[in-house]
Amino acid sequence: MAGAFETVIGLEVHSQLLTQSKLFCGCPARFGAQANEHVCPVCLGLPGALPVPNGAAVDMAMRAALALGCQVRTQSVFERKNYFYPDLAKGYQISQFALPLSEHGELSVEVDGATRTVSIVRIHMEEDAAKNIHGVGSGTDTLVDFNRAGVPLIEIVSGPDLRSAAEAEAYLRRLREVLMFCGVNDGNLEEGSFRCDANVSIRPVGQQQLGTRTELKNINSFRFVRKAIEYEVSRQKAVVSGGGTIVQETRTWLESSATTVSMRSKEEAMDYRYFPDPDLPPLQVDEARVDAVRAALPELPVDKRARYVATMGLTESDAGVMTGHPEIACYFEGVVSELCKQLGNGAKLASVGKRVANFIQSEALRYVQTEGLAASLPGAPEALAELLALVEDGTVSGKMAKSVFSDMVQSGRSARALVDEKGLSQVSDAGQLESVIRDVLASSPDNVAAYRGGKTGLLGWFVGQVMKATKGAANPKLANELLRKLLDEEA
Amino acid sequence: MPSMPAEVHDLGVTEMAAGIADGSLSARALVDHHLARIETHDAHLHGFLHVDVAGARAQADRIDRARAAGKPLAPLAGVPIAVKDNMCTRTMPTTCASRMLAGYQPPYDAHVVECLAAAGAVILGKTNLDEFAMGSSTDNSAFGPTHNPWDLTRSPGGSSGGSASSVAARLSAAALGSDTGGSVRQPAAFCGLTAIKPTYGRVSRYGLVAFASSLDQVGPIARSARDAGRVLSAIAGYDRRDATSIDRPGEDFTASCGEAIRGVRVGVLAGAALEQCDPEMQASFKAGVQRLQDLGCQLVDVKLPHMGHGIAVYYLVAPAEASSNLARFDGMRYGMRKPSGDLRQTYAQTRADGFGTEVKRRIMLGTYALSSGYYDAFYLKAQRVRTLIRNDYEAAFAKCDVIASPTTPRPAFEIGAMHDDPLAMYLEDIFVLPPSLAGLPAVATPCGITRSGLPLGMQLTGSALSEAKLVQVADAFERDLAFDSLPPGLGRASEGA
Repeated sequence: MAGAFETVIGLEVHSQLLTQSKLFCGCPARFGAQANEHVCPVCLGLPGALPVPNGAAVDMAMRAALALGCQVRTQSVFERKNYFYPDLAKGYQISQFALPLSEHGELSVEVDGATRTVSIVRIHMEEDAAKNIHGVGSGTDTLVDFNRAGVPLIEIVSGPDLRSAAEAEAYLRRLREVLMFCGVNDGNLEEGSFRCDANVSIRPVGQQQLGTRTELKNINSFRFVRKAIEYEVSRQKAVVSGGGTIVQETRTWLESSATTVSMRSKEEAMDYRYFPDPDLPPLQVDEARVDAVRAALPELPVDKRARYVATMGLTESDAGVMTGHPEIACYFEGVVSELCKQLGNGAKLASVGKRVANFIQSEALRYVQTEGLAASLPGAPEALAELLALVEDGTVSGKMAKSVFSDMVQSGRSARALVDEKGLSQVSDAGQLESVIRDVLASSPDNVAAYRGGKTGLLGWFVGQVMKATKGAANPKLANELLRKLLDEEA
Repeated sequence: MPSMPAEVHDLGVTEMAAGIADGSLSARALVDHHLARIETHDAHLHGFLHVDVAGARAQADRIDRARAAGKPLAPLAGVPIAVKDNMCTRTMPTTCASRMLAGYQPPYDAHVVECLAAAGAVILGKTNLDEFAMGSSTDNSAFGPTHNPWDLTRSPGGSSGGSASSVAARLSAAALGSDTGGSVRQPAAFCGLTAIKPTYGRVSRYGLVAFASSLDQVGPIARSARDAGRVLSAIAGYDRRDATSIDRPGEDFTASCGEAIRGVRVGVLAGAALEQCDPEMQASFKAGVQRLQDLGCQLVDVKLPHMGHGIAVYYLVAPAEASSNLARFDGMRYGMRKPSGDLRQTYAQTRADGFGTEVKRRIMLGTYALSSGYYDAFYLKAQRVRTLIRNDYEAAFAKCDVIASPTTPRPAFEIGAMHDDPLAMYLEDIFVLPPSLAGLPAVATPCGITRSGLPLGMQLTGSALSEAKLVQVADAFERDLAFDSLPPGLGRASEGA
């Protein structure tokens, strides 16, 4: 059969929730501590210890669910997923199975100008496992760090709606962005706080029924997701085209060889023996609580971009850059709002927004460093707004503003203080500038004569001389006007 | 030695606490007396797996000093109590009578252990049980069986057999047991004692090593309903560390002790289960019901149509939960480890060597019941029948206040009698399982003795949170019956301690 194939991809994303404490005990959920420092009888699974759900984690999971358009169940059930592994203290993971926290959401992604709406089948809560650290001690030992054990996770399961590796990557980027803007996840793929498995299959174009899928693991970067899926699709096409059939199995991405290799087949798949955790009554969430979480939802990045374009004069591309990170968006909006305030009623949001976005892109972003949800910014939004206000009223030239901004970042001082101290104010005083111009004209009688003889193109040269004489501080517009006036009137 | 008044170890919890409070008893002397009795008698009984001589004396001395300083004393101050060895203790091993946990000492105290300490009780030590509380004989202990003080060749029942044996032999004034499917009530019946299985959620399970989480409750075993109620008052109450804990304020379950029970509607269980009981049990139970009527209770016939399924339901639900609860015993972090080849082999060898036969049997039963393809037919169906049993009780309690039944079909069996026939042992649980499955409180109280001198028990089951009523009825019944809870072998005349 030589027909074309369609690729079908569904993604399962595990996202840690940024709660203070773990899902079922009071231990800190943050990283960076000594191994096994953040542990207690509950997260170590000691005999007799019992889990108690963390309400803040439930609220955070709901925030993510609502941001992704899901319906939250008023009653969901924690179940036990039973299997043996040294990183699993109790011999089971507390997860949700038959009745998840939320279902029926969606997320739209754009690739090459085409929009794909991806269904989100479910979002459920579960606890993270501990971390096995291999090759310590004698070199062959494995030790276990339980600091991560019990950290809250949500698993976000998409429908089989993605049709290419590029769409899968775009979906992941959009998903990560939503979670970060909601403040529930720090978006760190490398450190595993945002992890992805991909279910990949192919089918002849036009066929309704899904093909046999393989599940890809160990794809912890956007690049790996894309490469692993692309590899797997080509592998499957080769198998089918060669007359073979796809085996349902779990495959792991091997970066070293840029291939996927089989981990275990369906026959070897574990029977997790899910059943409702008898230690945990069904999780009840009343509508008032859902409404409260919904009311507190922040503006989503997709809505921000639309607003920036519609009301702030930004291009799609500008808006994308301004929403590159929650802190950047916050900074941008802060500068715009402060600048509008300083400029008063006359300020047009559209022109202000565009100018702020331009300045941030060309000057400020180079100073921004992000780490997870945190970002180091080049000062407060008010500081940049003050500088841009000085540009708006002609005190500082656009060009000079750039060097002032650099000084501001270095010194932490205000735009006004730097401008005053260094005498960087534009010479916008007509009297002062006129005396400078008279000196320039007096020292270049030949060119004055040539100008007055018709070589008006020399005006630019005169402007340059004035700028030189004022070390660039002359207001160029005013210098132009005055030069023309003095050259013309004395003709 | 004079036999009247009673020896100090014959006093009940209430009298001991009163004696310490008024200075007529010293906590240290009382504890030393019980420690000496343990020394003398426990070699034959093997009720204790661990005796905390130093810890018990230190606690007794603290109580005596507090009293001398004129400080108010807590309700169980100085009362010597034993604790089943499946409740975590920071200062004593907690083995669950399993090789898997031999020598294991938890880093924290169970909620009930904290409660006992706060109530001033002196914890003498940890008592024997069927491994991980799985069994009705205390034969399934990795450290050897416990003997029934009424007849050393017989089982004290189980799984809280060590606790019951120690209370019956007056080695402790009371004891904590745990009851998943009758594990405080059946031993109480076998040893001529009173035990309370509280409403599910009444007592926090935090620190009780889980057997079947949806059924497990800690309950007291004592020599009277009043004493058991007093201990229950100390351990019951909301605990935020157990998500199934019922959020209710503390209660004095003995508040109505001594009050008449005229007018209480007693539902009497009719049906095949009763007819299958030992004839002496049937007669004793009928006499007990008559006694309740003579005390002014109104008798009502009740039926629990689905009760007969209780055993089947229990032996699906409890092993299913157990199979998961016991997965943590894998040799990786604590307890026994048998390194063997690779990781899988180490798991297998550790669990093969660490668990006893009955525990393995239940893990396999439960694993099967939860397996993909069998879950709906077994576990889910069992849970549905459990709901039917609950509904049966709801209908029954529309007509009555308590339901009376025998606690067990027969008196104590001989040690080892059930080894080769686990199903026969399971069938012994016919009366104690339904209240557990329904999460209801039940009291086991002595109702007579066989011609050969073995105690027989009656079970009173109440609606949810009706422990105070059950204690009141059992107390009135006990005072009228005047059952002599002293096993003959430990007769007062032959006292050594």
